[in-house]
Amino acid sequence: MQRNALLKLLKWLKISGVCKMEIKQILMGLNGDEAVAYAIKQVDPDVVAAYPITPQTIIVERFSEYVADGEVHTEFISVESEHSALSACVGAAAAGARAFTATAANGLALMWEILYIAASCRLPIVMAIVNRALSGPINIHPDHSDAMGARDSGWIQIFCENSQEAYDSTIQAWRIAEHPDVQLPVMVCLDGFVLGHTLENVMTLPDEVVKKFIGERKFVTVRNHFGKEVPFILDPENPITIGPLDLYDFYFEHKMQQIHAMENAPRVIEEVGKEYGKISGRTYGLVHPYKLEDAEIAIIGLGSTMGTAKIVVDRLREKGIKVGLLRIRSFRPFPAQQIIEHLKDKKVIGVLDRAASFGAYGGPLFNEVRNAFYDQDVKPLISNYIYGLGGRDMPPQRLMIIFEDLQKIMETKRIEKTVKYIGVRE
Amino acid sequence: MAEKLTLKDIAKKPDLLMPGHRLCAGCAAGTIVRLALKATRGPVILANATGCLEVATTIFPYSSWKVPWIHNAFENVAATASGIEAAFRAMKKANKGPLAKYEHIDVIAFAGDGGTYDIGFQALSGAFERGHDFLYILYDNEAYMNTGIQRSGGTPRCAWTTTSPAGKVIPGKREWKKPIARIAAEHEIPYVATASIAYPMDFVRKVRKGLEVEGPAFIHVLSPCTRGWRYPPEKTIKIAKLAVETCFFPLWEAEFKEGDIVYTLSSPSERIARKPELKKPIEEYLKLQGRFSHLFRPKKRDDLISEIQRWVDYEWKMILKRCGKL
Repeated sequence: MQRNALLKLLKWLKISGVCKMEIKQILMGLNGDEAVAYAIKQVDPDVVAAYPITPQTIIVERFSEYVADGEVHTEFISVESEHSALSACVGAAAAGARAFTATAANGLALMWEILYIAASCRLPIVMAIVNRALSGPINIHPDHSDAMGARDSGWIQIFCENSQEAYDSTIQAWRIAEHPDVQLPVMVCLDGFVLGHTLENVMTLPDEVVKKFIGERKFVTVRNHFGKEVPFILDPENPITIGPLDLYDFYFEHKMQQIHAMENAPRVIEEVGKEYGKISGRTYGLVHPYKLEDAEIAIIGLGSTMGTAKIVVDRLREKGIKVGLLRIRSFRPFPAQQIIEHLKDKKVIGVLDRAASFGAYGGPLFNEVRNAFYDQDVKPLISNYIYGLGGRDMPPQRLMIIFEDLQKIMETKRIEKTVKYIGVRE
Repeated sequence: MAEKLTLKDIAKKPDLLMPGHRLCAGCAAGTIVRLALKATRGPVILANATGCLEVATTIFPYSSWKVPWIHNAFENVAATASGIEAAFRAMKKANKGPLAKYEHIDVIAFAGDGGTYDIGFQALSGAFERGHDFLYILYDNEAYMNTGIQRSGGTPRCAWTTTSPAGKVIPGKREWKKPIARIAAEHEIPYVATASIAYPMDFVRKVRKGLEVEGPAFIHVLSPCTRGWRYPPEKTIKIAKLAVETCFFPLWEAEFKEGDIVYTLSSPSERIARKPELKKPIEEYLKLQGRFSHLFRPKKRDDLISEIQRWVDYEWKMILKRCGKL
């Protein structure tokens, strides 16, 4: 009797939240690719369609092992190209499945056409992009030219700093993509090799916690051509037509709906990131500041380089130089307001771009950041640094060069050259 | 295998492609789809490649489809159907998800010749190799008709198209038609057939067979096109029939069983095999179509007509051989 009473009390404490159960996380040694594959194993999607080369990464190899060992119920489609990988995901997601794929560089380029179709069909597909340089010349090493080219395709783009974040974001992506106010596909971007192939410590959640966090896929309803409100899915009981011809009389309205969905995405990304923080202790947002409060100089950038940059910030701080950084986690939607809030009182900003936009006035991130500040009465001096193309290394010394240059700009209050290229022979 | 479908069965089954679509008068595609859907066994999901059928049956907010339908892009209908089929299989396996409630679903992909012979060939071949359980129906109007009659891998030799014009030097398309159905059969998939709307029961039964086999099935239907082939709309069935009677488009089935691809002639062609005198000269087929008019006017080009006849004879012989008739 006493034992029962005690159990009842414990149960009550648990339910009422008086006594919060600690979720036991397991530390694993995973590279970024494996971290993504492990997250997908826990998500256990219905369909994974992927092509192994042009180039692929370890993601689908690891995932194939989970399939072969019967650890997931997933139908793994070994397609004959990335174009078909995403096409199959479109079919699967339209049929109500959770669908996942992964690719990089040219593989993403080959998917091009279907990126836009997946987004415009409002299919919550999740795709890992292991960022690598686009051919030509042919290269397999990290840069952001692949994802940057896809920035207007209507996909949400989350850039990860480390393998832990790749794991965490791969789980969160489903909640973001499937949110009724969003219903857009999500790319989880992680730098090739630097993250993709580098072993790191990754804290992982228990399977059931992941499953509970993502829940079952829910469907929004639409009015079909019989005038009936039905779930947005290819279900023989309630037929709908997906992907019809859509000319000048409705296309624009549909694009507006995509625009609105993308406008809803920042709120959802933050909500999901906070909720995830509650179960994991790791909270995510649209931007991640580091030692910014009293900083005079800040750099802003994407991906793993921002992890390296933290060390450089620490070193400079030790010397008494007031520097900080802002890592952009969500490039699409672009968090302009948050960037302004974090950086408006800084004196100088250096924007780091790991992609070239040939013929443009600076890199893609630079263009967005500077554009965001245009309407501000008081704004920092903003300089652009293009680095690391084709996997050119970005060690602390090269970041130091950037900070030194920014210091010079702060002192002279002048930007002599707006766009600079770091670590390249000229 | 279920009982043979009868005319009564298909007459009773309601149309799943509704009227009001904007296919041309005399277009065979609508007939092909309506007949094909008569053979479905219950729940159906359709995938459609970009093309005439797609644009003419859907224009937002209208749709002629009484069944769930998706259009993804031009070259990927086989991959899209693969995804649908895999989604269904995964849901059945886990016994959860919105499609888990169905015993089976007939997944059918419709595509034209451009989306099959040319740009969609890779996705098609990949889907065959992977063995997805769906039926692919090629409605072959022998050119990119939706975009204004450009030549495709399915366009026959000497046919005029806007990108293979009948000029002073070059008399229309220079290449022969790609043997797409035989290529499909060589993938060793369970079922491949050619069919014609001039023989509707043969076609419908083939569709049913294609749906019943486990794994990929491919049906190649010739789809006469009044606009692109340049003939009056009321002649569609007549031309479809002549294509079979001249052996330009023989009707056959190929089943992969016990380690062999077994070809069988279907009765309209089988009759000709039995009585070769029934085989009509190709000229009868060509002369009805404006796309071949340069073979008849201003000067009759017997050289080219006999060249086409020779090709037809070769192809027919090849099929007869495969069907064990030679």
